[in-house]
Amino acid sequence: MRRAFGFREGCVLANTTLIVKEIEKLKQKLLLLGGKVEENFNKAVKAVDERDVGMAEDVINADDLIDQMEVEIEEECLKILALHQPVARDLRFIVTALKVNNDLERIDDHSVSIARHALFFANQPIFKFPFDYMAMSSMTRKMLKLSLDSLVQLDQAKAISVGAMDDAVDDMNRSMYDASEKGMKANPDQISMYVHAMGMSRTFERIADLSTNIAEDVIYLISGQIVRH
Amino acid sequence: MGSIIKSTDDDVMAFLGKASEAKSEAVKVNTKKSDETRARTAPAKIKITSRNINFFYGDSQALFNNSLELQEGKVTAIIGPSGCGKSTHLRILNRIFELYREQRVEGEVLLDGKNILEKSMDVLELRKRVGMIFQKPTPFPMSVFDNVAYGLKMHYKVGRKELQDRVEEALKGAALWDEVKDKLRKPGMALSGGQQQRLCIARAIAVEPEVLLMDEPTSAIDPVATSRIEELVESFKNKYTVAIVTHNMQQAARISDVTAFFYKGEIIEVGDTREFFTNPKNKQTEDYITGRFG
Repeated sequence: MRRAFGFREGCVLANTTLIVKEIEKLKQKLLLLGGKVEENFNKAVKAVDERDVGMAEDVINADDLIDQMEVEIEEECLKILALHQPVARDLRFIVTALKVNNDLERIDDHSVSIARHALFFANQPIFKFPFDYMAMSSMTRKMLKLSLDSLVQLDQAKAISVGAMDDAVDDMNRSMYDASEKGMKANPDQISMYVHAMGMSRTFERIADLSTNIAEDVIYLISGQIVRH
Repeated sequence: MGSIIKSTDDDVMAFLGKASEAKSEAVKVNTKKSDETRARTAPAKIKITSRNINFFYGDSQALFNNSLELQEGKVTAIIGPSGCGKSTHLRILNRIFELYREQRVEGEVLLDGKNILEKSMDVLELRKRVGMIFQKPTPFPMSVFDNVAYGLKMHYKVGRKELQDRVEEALKGAALWDEVKDKLRKPGMALSGGQQQRLCIARAIAVEPEVLLMDEPTSAIDPVATSRIEELVESFKNKYTVAIVTHNMQQAARISDVTAFFYKGEIIEVGDTREFFTNPKNKQTEDYITGRFG
């Protein structure tokens, strides 16, 4: 018995369809944005650590470029949605790209905030921070890196681990408030510095949240499961 | 100085081990199906069950041991590349394939539990219960009114007034009445392509079928007419059990409750349409619907 019809045996067109090319282009742009955002965050923290005004200004000046990249990526996503009507993993990728794009832009806004704190501290006498901001920034940086790595490598285990680290950053932020309150009472002449330190801690906590969002979107991209809340 | 960037990597990685476990639990909890998903995927009554279907065109086998259930009152879309057996499967469900002597089927098709492939089945009665709409509109060479009245007169003894009422009802059901009420005596062939297709739908639903089989019903009509047919299919939900073969993936996604993917004469995946188009389980399905092959 032979098979009916002229089946087009082995007519696999992998990676040759238009949408595959468009998505590949989009992926490159998103990864470039992720790299820039990560670099800017690292520079912002370094600017605080090294009291480097020039570096802080670089971070602030780079924000325009990142905003522009965010708009371009959003336009790409909308174009693909309108022209290709993606489904399945392509649809999940576009939805993820739209959300990650937005989160990355916001992370960069927070890096700019850190850079502004760096400018403030650079003009102040040496200040003993009421929390271990090196540990907090390191954990936050790790979360951002892991979330971007999970996106690049489509690694669900890495994405899951990001969400769990968020609780630790939240704890650090909470304990910082207690320490700041005590510090302000003991050193009322340094209140403005404590206020900036609290702002910085809050910024790390927000970046950790946004990195968690990215990781959750990666889990959706890989598994199709929405794991928020 | 500069210690922030390189510090605490080991601590972080140690922390990750515990963190992963905790989050894995959280993921399990959070991925529970929503109420809406549960309602959508709740077991529905099965109208037609095809079991172990093998189909042959002479010496060539077109379907291979296929089994598929059509849920009552739901729209099931059948998709797949050309020559995969979609239309063949549909043509078994009202035995229309029997019009061609060299075609034969093995297996069973249960309509409300009764095997329609048995010789004792009244085929005329079967085709009244299981209507069919084809790719190209096929109006009879007669007036709009007679096109719809034809089946009614064949299956029922109806008086003139009742006939008029039922023709009107069927034309309304096919969303065609307003456009043809003043030209009921004009030839059906004189209508536009989209109107002709809706005329065929009116003809099919006039005899009050339980199942409607639609074989690429919009592939020969323009986008506006397509949209009207899609609205119509949407309105058929809960009233008729619909199986629709389509090459238009977006159409399948828009109008169906369940989607079945056929490939090389076999059913690869059947599932809830929303899941099917956002997160298909089978790699071949995903490759097909994302245009990687086909």
